[in-house]
Amino acid sequence: MASDRIFGLVALFVALAYIASATQIQTSFLADPVGPRAFPILVGAVAALSALAMIVRPDPDPAWPTGRTWISLVVAVLVLVGYAYTLKPLGFIVPTAIAAGVLSYQLSPRPVAAAVTGVALSVGLFVLFRYALGLGLIPLPKGLF
Amino acid sequence: MDILANLALGFSVALTPYTLMLAVIGCFLGTIIGALPGLGPSNGVAILIPITFTLGLDATQALVLMTAVYYGAMYGGRISSILLNIPGDEPALMTTLDGYPMAKAGRAGDALVLSGVASFVGALLATIGLMLLAPMLARVAYLFGPSEYFALYLLAFCTLGGMASNNQAKAALASCIGLGIAMIGVDNNSGLPRLTGGNLHLMDGIDFLVAIVGLFAIAEVFFFIESHGKGSSIGVKLEKVRIPWKDIRETTPTMLRSSGVGFIAGILPGAGASLGSFLTYMVEKSIAGPKGGFGTGVAKGVAAPEAGNNAAAGGALVPMLTLGVPGSGTTAVLLALLMTLNITPGPTLFTDRPEVVWGLIASLLIANFVLLLMNVPMVKIFVKILMVPAWVLLPGVTMISFVGIYSLSGSYFDLLLMIGFGGLGYILRKLDIPTVPVILGILLGGNMENALRRAMVLSDGDMTYLFSSPISIGLWVAAIAGFIAPMFLRGVLRKPQAVTD
Repeated sequence: MASDRIFGLVALFVALAYIASATQIQTSFLADPVGPRAFPILVGAVAALSALAMIVRPDPDPAWPTGRTWISLVVAVLVLVGYAYTLKPLGFIVPTAIAAGVLSYQLSPRPVAAAVTGVALSVGLFVLFRYALGLGLIPLPKGLF
Repeated sequence: MDILANLALGFSVALTPYTLMLAVIGCFLGTIIGALPGLGPSNGVAILIPITFTLGLDATQALVLMTAVYYGAMYGGRISSILLNIPGDEPALMTTLDGYPMAKAGRAGDALVLSGVASFVGALLATIGLMLLAPMLARVAYLFGPSEYFALYLLAFCTLGGMASNNQAKAALASCIGLGIAMIGVDNNSGLPRLTGGNLHLMDGIDFLVAIVGLFAIAEVFFFIESHGKGSSIGVKLEKVRIPWKDIRETTPTMLRSSGVGFIAGILPGAGASLGSFLTYMVEKSIAGPKGGFGTGVAKGVAAPEAGNNAAAGGALVPMLTLGVPGSGTTAVLLALLMTLNITPGPTLFTDRPEVVWGLIASLLIANFVLLLMNVPMVKIFVKILMVPAWVLLPGVTMISFVGIYSLSGSYFDLLLMIGFGGLGYILRKLDIPTVPVILGILLGGNMENALRRAMVLSDGDMTYLFSSPISIGLWVAAIAGFIAPMFLRGVLRKPQAVTD
């Protein structure tokens, strides 16, 4: 119940904000009868109606993960965000090994197996992408050697 | 004999060694993708698109590879359904109902072979159906103007939303999320930016591949972390695989009927393979009656959904190729592939680029035979691959997704967006909000708006123009019915849950 209501409320606000910003879209002097504003406003309006329907008639709550699982999920997101930022400056191998290792550890908490998985995946995928598929990946940061 | 000439053209494209090799690789990869739980056809194809793109394949080759993966995944989905009682993809859910009990009764090998043959029959008949029906529909599609296209897109959202979700409001909201995202970027008509919030990264809009990989693949990783990668060990033993001729003979009428039903379900925009396997199972169950023993591990209960979902997979290609409206989640992803390759699906595709269409159809025919070979005599290889533990598989999938998206644009911003979509996909799926309409919205949003605006230019702003032709009136009626009817049918058409031990 509560989950649907909260999501519906958030969606309602997003939809209203979307409509508000759609009314600010610049139109050019060569406007067609519909113009660039109408369709986004229409979409926002339908979204707002659907969100209202979710608030009025919510479904039963799903089973949300409990404490420790939340931490795992947040860690996973943070690791992936960190990976996104470091992939370019630090090259492929090191960030991939760390990110894959951490993810593996999140799925099955055995440090050694996770570390081996991380390194093996990183090197294996690098070889696959660079030599079999010919993608231009940088293995290690420039200027290290 | 247009078809024969066209097929000859198709085979001349498909039988070049390189294309043939791509089809075989695609079948192999596809079967693996389908078999691995948590890596269905949609996210499998989604992850592979950026990589295909960077490989520099031409349009036909890329399309052959990806549709081979698509068909392969449809075949492969049954392996984990039967052996693990976990559907490898959503349409394979119905196969667990009789496949797993059959495997527990010591007939795992029989179930695998039978379902492989059923998949072959379904997919082959559907490919032939596609070959016959698609050119005809392409001719009808010439009659479609902007107002008809607008109604058609609406129909796709309505039926997809109606079928895919248990709550119409949630389905509508999902479509709106997708459509809303599609609006971001530079407006095609006026050339001015819309809804970018001044962010330069958003000027080009949000790449649908980023959204697809995020919503499907990254969200799946989060789900696996939540479940701690449980439930991927094989519970039944697979002994020597023999061909159960008797079962195959007895289920032949079932396979043929199911192929027909599945194909039709696939053609309906938005309905797709899940509906195909569901309908065929229900049809066969009611034909067999209570004495049929459906749900206890009978051969017909394995053959029907497999023939049905593979036939639906072929059927779903019909609206995708002729009208540019996908019939299922995976064909939505294939549509993304076409758009990335700068191919506009629609009636003109058949006249302007016959080598693409017929090369594709010919390679689908070839892929079917390759898949039959892989999935019957060589099925044990794929069973071995199921042993790959989740804690190796999922990090691997994540890293491949990242590299794929990174290789598209080389920007960290797309990677961040992808993670964002992953989180969104997790929450949406938790709340039982379907994600396929989101994808469809992102893919079709631009076209839908353009259709509306062109229609209004033609009619000089007269709204009644949208309902001016019999075709568009029919589509509007179908759209409204497709959205509303499932509310009343929900009691009748309740999806059966997978059997539990």
